[in-house]
Amino acid sequence: MSTPPMRAFADNGGGTLVAALQRRRQRTAFVFALLVLLVAATSIVSLGLGAVSIPPSRTFAALWTGLTGSPADANAARDSLVILNIRLPRTLLGLMVGASLAVCGALMQGLFRNPLADPGLVGVSSGAALAAAIVIVLGERFLPYLPFATLPFVALPIAAFLGGLLFTYVLYVLSSGSGRTSVATLLLAGVALGAMAGAVTGLLTFLSNDQQLRDLTFWSLGSLGGATWTKVTTILPAFIPLAIALPFLGRSLNALSLGEAEAFHLGLPVERIKRIVIVVVALAVGAAVASAGVIGFVGIVVPHLLRLAIGANHKVLLPASALLGAALLLASDILARLIVSPAELPIGILTAAIGAPFFLWLLLARRKMVT
Amino acid sequence: MIDIIARPLSRRSLLQVAGLSAAIIAVGSTGVIAQDASPKRIVAVGGAVTEILYALGAAERIVGIDTTSLYPPSALKDKPNVGYMRQLSAEGVLSLSPDIVLVSAGSGPPPALKLLEEAGVRLVTIPDTPTAAGVVEKIRAIGRAVGLEDKAAALAADVEKRFAAVAKARETVSKPVKVLFVLAMQSGRPLVAGTGTAADGMIALAGATNIGAGFSGYKAMTDEAIITAAPDIVVMMAREGLHADPDTVFANAALSATPAGAGRRLVTADGHWLLGFGPRSPEAVAYLMQAFFPDLPQVRALSASEHLPAEAGK
Repeated sequence: MSTPPMRAFADNGGGTLVAALQRRRQRTAFVFALLVLLVAATSIVSLGLGAVSIPPSRTFAALWTGLTGSPADANAARDSLVILNIRLPRTLLGLMVGASLAVCGALMQGLFRNPLADPGLVGVSSGAALAAAIVIVLGERFLPYLPFATLPFVALPIAAFLGGLLFTYVLYVLSSGSGRTSVATLLLAGVALGAMAGAVTGLLTFLSNDQQLRDLTFWSLGSLGGATWTKVTTILPAFIPLAIALPFLGRSLNALSLGEAEAFHLGLPVERIKRIVIVVVALAVGAAVASAGVIGFVGIVVPHLLRLAIGANHKVLLPASALLGAALLLASDILARLIVSPAELPIGILTAAIGAPFFLWLLLARRKMVT
Repeated sequence: MIDIIARPLSRRSLLQVAGLSAAIIAVGSTGVIAQDASPKRIVAVGGAVTEILYALGAAERIVGIDTTSLYPPSALKDKPNVGYMRQLSAEGVLSLSPDIVLVSAGSGPPPALKLLEEAGVRLVTIPDTPTAAGVVEKIRAIGRAVGLEDKAAALAADVEKRFAAVAKARETVSKPVKVLFVLAMQSGRPLVAGTGTAADGMIALAGATNIGAGFSGYKAMTDEAIITAAPDIVVMMAREGLHADPDTVFANAALSATPAGAGRRLVTADGHWLLGFGPRSPEAVAYLMQAFFPDLPQVRALSASEHLPAEAGK
């Protein structure tokens, strides 16, 4: 996919390995600096722009009052409500959802050793979405019988996580027969799982009342519009394991890219790594879907872009994906809330509008490479 | 959706400026600053809410509407649009600096409404029951919320009187007809209105029997169920691209095999007029009654109304 070090040697003819590696390292450092700047910039814009126009000075004042105490006047009170209770949770949610989706895309691509694996494409999101749809439509009927009925706001993320976990597990079992993950089986199984989820979601659509139907429709396009502190705190428990596992998974995925048998002989606990990746992906994707709906293409676009820029080393690819995913989702969200202000576009429309053409381009480029 | 995207962004700010200057002029000329009882900046969410506010003469005080506010047609042209009633953006609504937000029951999402309340915006939920009493209650609730009780009482009394007139006509119906309301043709299969829908309420008000009474909401009905139910009349919404003309509708084998198909009896009307349950509903009921029972003499007088839309497809 990317420029392998081998080509770098060929290009500079008499160059040394050390020089090539150093160039790669400098480039990576540059890309990282750029990504950090991008995340910071989109975060600031996300806090500063919205339907309610608040000048930058008052934005900072509002953040300050949030830390220090009561606002000076009614105007400042409204500012601080908009900044602290609408834009700040929205920005944090966007950062976490974007980072989760992009990292999960990179993780799945690493695990399956296939650049096409993406939680959205191979059905993990569908599983999470289906479970969440079940809660939306049937929730009223069975929630009273469940132990966590007293906490209805956790039912949706828990269900989404379980749905994502189930679909990821089934996908993995189906596509990894006889010690190898088959690419064709992976994609076909993903399509089949997606179709099954679609069928059941269709049944739920049939059973739903008008309001639930509209909830389902809007929710299937994704939005950060419903961001609240409650949502931020419900996605956090899923985001933290991802953040903790991230530094440890890079090396393992690098080893795994040699092949499962080879990785095993390098002393890698292959099966345990796979299980960890599956659980972490299901948890993070499930929580992302539960809190922001189905947001497509972040998981496939971001890792691909980064592989082109900094190579396929998972130690740098995973954290870079987190940064770019966060920035991309925040940028999409800023557009989503500004284009038709004071109304809002579903964010899934924007990520798909950017992601789908990119994906097509990627497919065509790959085809050219093969032939 | 497309319309909203195509709309220039600057309109909102233009309107805000215009609204502000209008407010300053109004305050300056009368010297009276309105109290809470008469909120100056209203955001109306829900078609009937907007329609009633216009009918009460509060149009100038409306600073925002939602996508379901299709009547009067100028509303969507003149006022900033906060999006679909069930998918409101808290910040979007707040950006219009409303004194009060009137939301039709069922608006949401709940977190957005909660944020609006936290922002100190007065949020009033207007009940939405698809009955004659429901319309009257809607008008009164809106009148109370915006300090126009007297005008609302007059409008409510007028609507009540007109509903009473159609109710009287309804009593003279001796032979009820069976009606099938088709919301849309879903890949050739009719999506039929069941109980709890606005269409079900209108059919009942017009003195007919809804054959979709065996299920709730809008459901696809099988060909055989339609033939078994044997509707006398099919009702559909008239709108662009739906092709709700008898030739197209009764091309459906099941529909053509019903009494409605044999008599080619299709009634169409503007969807929001027909299902909106607002001040124009008595006319819509009278229109349906006239279509259902052409022999009833009393009904003819009722249907005369300046609000009557073109009777498309009839």
